[in-house]
Amino acid sequence: MAVLLLAEVTDGELALDATAKAVTAAGALGDVTVLATGATCADAAAEAAKIDGVAKVLCAEDPIYGKRLAEPVADLIVSLAGDYEHIVAPATTDAKNIMPRVAALLDVMVMSDVTAVVDGSTFERPIYAGNAMQTVKSSDAKKVITFRGATFDAAGMGGSASVENIGAAADPALSSWVEDKVATSDRPELTSAGVVVSGGRGVGSEDDFKIIEALADKLNAAVGASRAAVDSGYAPNDWQVGQTGKVVAPDLYVAVGISGAIQHLAGMKDSKIIVAINKDEEAPIFQVADFGLVADLFDAVPDLTSKL
Amino acid sequence: MKVIVPVKRVIDYNVKVRVKADGSGVDLANVKMSMNPFDEIAVEQAIRLKEAGKADEVIAVSVGVKQAQETLRTALAMGADRAILVIASDDVHTDIEPLTVAKILKGIIDEEQPGLVLCGKQAIDNDMNATGQMLSALMGWSQATFASELDIDGDSATVTREVDGGLQTIKVNMPTVVTVDLRLNEPRYASLPNIMKAKKKPLDEKTAADYGVDASPRLEIVNTVEPAARAAGIKVGSVDELIEKLKEAGAV
Repeated sequence: MAVLLLAEVTDGELALDATAKAVTAAGALGDVTVLATGATCADAAAEAAKIDGVAKVLCAEDPIYGKRLAEPVADLIVSLAGDYEHIVAPATTDAKNIMPRVAALLDVMVMSDVTAVVDGSTFERPIYAGNAMQTVKSSDAKKVITFRGATFDAAGMGGSASVENIGAAADPALSSWVEDKVATSDRPELTSAGVVVSGGRGVGSEDDFKIIEALADKLNAAVGASRAAVDSGYAPNDWQVGQTGKVVAPDLYVAVGISGAIQHLAGMKDSKIIVAINKDEEAPIFQVADFGLVADLFDAVPDLTSKL
Repeated sequence: MKVIVPVKRVIDYNVKVRVKADGSGVDLANVKMSMNPFDEIAVEQAIRLKEAGKADEVIAVSVGVKQAQETLRTALAMGADRAILVIASDDVHTDIEPLTVAKILKGIIDEEQPGLVLCGKQAIDNDMNATGQMLSALMGWSQATFASELDIDGDSATVTREVDGGLQTIKVNMPTVVTVDLRLNEPRYASLPNIMKAKKKPLDEKTAADYGVDASPRLEIVNTVEPAARAAGIKVGSVDELIEKLKEAGAV
């Protein structure tokens, strides 16, 4: 019963929190071998070796893994797969790019965004953007899984696993990296922000969205929007929170002028504390809000921004 | 160049899902169904490629139940040229797994020889985010997931991808599989004349067996439950009271 865990490594640096959470999830399945890949990955491998519960670290250092393109990394994992019953990763965009490819090459299904391990072949995962939780049992010989970070605690840092350097697999030479554009906004990234302030159709215009942004900046928050606000042209599409946008679960979510359509609630209902400000006291958003304020947002939001 | 666009029939995103009492899944009987929103973006992009002279034919494909005909008619009304329906189940409650869908799509690609497959990045029902990547693997092709920009130039395509923390641009060899994200475009609505015209466009019906694919699932559904409900909150009377409550809760 051995587990191969693809560490999250970006430009040689280990994303420790994401990787350590996946180690916790994988620990229930067997001995965990971490695979670190990159153009350079010695430092990332050394750091991963310290995570509690890691039995061994494999370090595959080669320029073809520099940007973690799906095709070469998937081929590498498949070349190692014989020794492992479970092949897992944190549910990042990188891993979601790579792991289904691995699964298909192994002729098995993938299980994405797993939130709980029931046993070695049975797992729980959200469907319909978390509007239902489904437990599935895999009949495949190998299980390929991504673990959603939010539901697992990060493993500690008291380990001292051995690190073994391994060679690269053949380069399939199907794709190449051109450039990365790291988000330049001064605000935190929407899906990982601790606080999110979102505006809905009630905000009324693109110009008036500035009062949402001002509150967000006061709270060091990311800015979100409902689909209705995006469809009305008040906010860009990549701010959309909901089933058809981003799914967020911050410590504090402030919904302003958002009625609470089902598809929006699906994207934010796992937030720790939800605040709703809306002038319609019948708005469904109040059914999920911890603190609801029935008020005109054009009075309440600037007032809140100035008093915080 | 032919472009294949797989589309999925899912519960409309405005409908509240209800878990069936026996835990076998979500109730899909007598519920409004629509095209998966990410697939609409893929259809739109394929039509734009045709309008720009970069594609000759757009073929919409759906794998599922017979009722997915309606979803394909929507794609045809938007501007797809023809459609292929692969019936893989008689039961509207059976979700065909991404691995099976990818195998059937491979069979279609072997016949049609498209230069590009455009898919939604995930379906909003099972949220698996897998079909495009799996298809690319089975074909031995390149893949470009979560695309927010796509530029095709002869033997290669340049794709900007939405990744954690920003954007990544990659260049992929053609033929390729591109899965699309929200920012790529805004899908058009089908006009009434185009809806009428779509009824006359060709729609072929096939079965999973026609492609030699065993559609039996690898994942057995053990149980499905409603997520834990949130405890009811309180209404506050003023901004000051709100700030006080947030401070008590340690939220600000």
